[in-house]
Amino acid sequence: MAVNRNFRTCPSTGLVYHEPAEKLIRWNAVAGVVSLLVGGVLALLVTLTRWPAVKLLPPDWFYLVLTAHGLDMLVFWIIFFEIAVLYFAASTLLKCRLATPKVAWVAFWLMIVGAITNNIAVFKGDSSVMFTSYVPMGAHPLFYLGFILFAVGALVACFVFFGTLVVGKAEKTYNGSIPLVTFGAVTAAIIAVFTIAAGAIILIPTFLWSVGLVSHIDSLMYRTVWWAFGHSSQQINVAAHVSVWYAIAAIVFGAKPMSEKVSRGAFVLYILFLQLASAHHLLADPGLTSNWKIFNTSYAMYLAVLASMVHGLTVPGAIEVAQRGKGFNKGLFEWLRKAPWGNPCFSGMFMSLVGFGFLGGISGVMMGTEQLNLIIHNTIYVPGHFHATVVVGTTLAFMALTYFLIPTLFRRELMFPGMAKWQTYVYGLGMMGFSVFMMGAGTLGVPRRHWDMAFSGAALPHEFPGAAYLMMGLMAVSGVLATVGGAMYLVNTVGSVFFGKKIVTPDFKRVPVREGMAPARPPEPAVAPAGHGAIGAGGFVAPGTFVLAMVFLTSFVLYYFVNWKYLSTVWPLK
Amino acid sequence: MSQAPATPGAADDDVHDEPIPMMQQLIDNPFLLLFLGVAMPTVLYIVWGVMEIVGIPLAK
Amino acid sequence: MSAIEPPAQRVWWKQPLDRVEGTWIVIAFAWCMVMFFMMPYWHVYGKQNLSNEAYRSSPEAFLAKAQAMVDKHTVRTVTEQNIPVVHPVPGADVYLVARLWQWWPVLELEEGQTYRLHIMSTDWLHGFSLQPENINIQVHPGYEHVVTLTPTKEGTYSIICNEYCGINHHTMASKLYVVKPKKS
Ligand code: HEM
Ligand SMILES: [Cu+2]
Ligand SMILES: [Cu+2]
Repeated sequence: MAVNRNFRTCPSTGLVYHEPAEKLIRWNAVAGVVSLLVGGVLALLVTLTRWPAVKLLPPDWFYLVLTAHGLDMLVFWIIFFEIAVLYFAASTLLKCRLATPKVAWVAFWLMIVGAITNNIAVFKGDSSVMFTSYVPMGAHPLFYLGFILFAVGALVACFVFFGTLVVGKAEKTYNGSIPLVTFGAVTAAIIAVFTIAAGAIILIPTFLWSVGLVSHIDSLMYRTVWWAFGHSSQQINVAAHVSVWYAIAAIVFGAKPMSEKVSRGAFVLYILFLQLASAHHLLADPGLTSNWKIFNTSYAMYLAVLASMVHGLTVPGAIEVAQRGKGFNKGLFEWLRKAPWGNPCFSGMFMSLVGFGFLGGISGVMMGTEQLNLIIHNTIYVPGHFHATVVVGTTLAFMALTYFLIPTLFRRELMFPGMAKWQTYVYGLGMMGFSVFMMGAGTLGVPRRHWDMAFSGAALPHEFPGAAYLMMGLMAVSGVLATVGGAMYLVNTVGSVFFGKKIVTPDFKRVPVREGMAPARPPEPAVAPAGHGAIGAGGFVAPGTFVLAMVFLTSFVLYYFVNWKYLSTVWPLK
Repeated sequence: MSQAPATPGAADDDVHDEPIPMMQQLIDNPFLLLFLGVAMPTVLYIVWGVMEIVGIPLAK
Repeated sequence: MSAIEPPAQRVWWKQPLDRVEGTWIVIAFAWCMVMFFMMPYWHVYGKQNLSNEAYRSSPEAFLAKAQAMVDKHTVRTVTEQNIPVVHPVPGADVYLVARLWQWWPVLELEEGQTYRLHIMSTDWLHGFSLQPENINIQVHPGYEHVVTLTPTKEGTYSIICNEYCGINHHTMASKLYVVKPKKS
């Protein structure tokens, strides 16, 4: 069997695409965007129902739509796009052929069939169990089956990724270590392997239970193992979007990592510790000891939080160094003021970074604290937190990356460049508002996954204060704004990919490449480069970033202790 | 079998280079990291957690 | 080289840290340690710690214990469904059943007294959410969770369900009354 070794070099970016990989990246990205489209329509319906003044859907439809929204967004959109990122990071960045494209197609179709099966089960109406599908509430067997097929497909795709690393090394397509962005992708893929294995351990028995072959699934066991899957999958997102931040910093600014050792070390901390934090979902559960809870929820002493704080410094730090090197060296923030704020690739990435850190990160660590979880668990604060991480963080980062991929990968011009400039702001700011108001409502006790905060039909209803209704109203308004931003993204990407003006390059040809294509490493400079030269201030190369980091830390510390103060006022518990 | 691909500018300079430090070798090895990344949470989170659940006593 | 290309140096491990990075790592690590030790610290010096005391139980066994309490300590009933309101002896074991879509029975506790509250579900997962205190605990079927709690202020509180438990999840709400201790 002949191996396809045809490559194309993108004339505008110099990136190299392996022919079969290119097609796979495109299709996975498109499948992701289609899921985002479906999930986005559902998001609007959910939001309009949780808007107390609108209350659009009846309860059965609300729970159905909420289940589908969670799945289509969190699972299908994110993971399809991540597979595209993995293939890109392995094949394109290593200038390497993709290992076993045929197997990669099998993976793709498994994922498609799985996603469709799962959606069918949900829309049939007897599987409104939320994406967490906690037992003993049962869904239709197809629900679990679809989920499992999708997960198997994703696992196969991860192994295609690892296979490509092996090929790249064996065929010497690059020199030395893999690029930092690829290393970040390795981190994501490793977490994905654990994630999917955990998913299999719990979902396969649950599937068997749904068809009657297993008589009982323990609810506490289910929640414990399910979250090893459910939360770790969020950690794939973190590793993936941090890699995308590094990639965009490199693409837009030519930024190089401040130091390889620190950035890679931080990714290693992710690999070792990030997944333990699944325990923060079980802090309010009976039966698990505080030892287990504290050790795991804190990522073994917050070592993965340390890693995120490091990335949060080194990504903007690398940008600052690159900008200062270009002469934007005045004062603390000239580098930031003169950044290309009209480039959606940059603005999206930067908002993703700031939103993920300030809103998602701080709130996540707070509610992942063993005792503090008590005043937050299952309130709408929780979706407030994860829309800041997985929407402002991951989704916005992926949107930003798309603006780069459309010309280089799809070879189309953006159809509405003016709209793209605004899109990241509308979506990013809308979603930040949405998250903050959800957190506000959660602090006042409003539950998540709840059709009616007025408890209509209850014998002994609870009355929430007016402030809680106000928060939910503001949340919905911001949510609608964010949906507009999402629609702007979808119109632009779908329009450009299918109908955009083709970018044609004269003399374009696909070049067959053989093994040993990497040029030899250029001789290293005799003396190690002496730091970053005469930029920065006070011995710091990136003083502006450092100041921002300290602002972040201050907010973090304040918010953290405010919540302890609040906890200390509630009823004593032992 | 294709002919041995000759890398231009022979790679044998490497011989004179300093050895790669242990930590860098470790970080450069994705499969070692894969093993650690799966083993750590399996033992610390899943196995430990499941053992605790199994050990919950019966109500009187 | 940039982050999308292999590192320029063959040996990058020995590249010295920038001062910004080094300083930040030290600060961030110190903060991580503070956050970590806050949790054990609160176990020793704080008053709000969720108990880990739990037992495996069955719906029948748990209902029987709750029924015994209801038979002995019911003081009145509320709503058309005549849900019993139970006023247990301070310091006693108190039982609260979570089931589709009801908390049963209604409890009346005394301010400043400490109770051992046993919570369990007899069907699906539910979420104990005490409002407006905003204390939230996951409730499992088959696991009897024993939480020691002390109401600090008299008033009428609500217990709502905040774990999705099916179509009438939004009707699963109840009251918890806290009254001044009776002088006797
Ligand atoms: C315009 C964008 C979006 C809006 C307006 C929106 C809105 C909402 C709303 C109102 C809820 C219901 C919260 C509740 O009642 O508990 C929700 C839940 C959720 N959303 Fe979104 N969302 C958006 C985008 C996303 C994206 C991009 C993702 C994932 C990448 C996502 C993931 C989820 C998940 C996982 C849930 C929880 C479902 C559950 O509780 O089972 N959302 N969203
Ligand atoms: Cu319930
Ligand atoms: Cu409920």
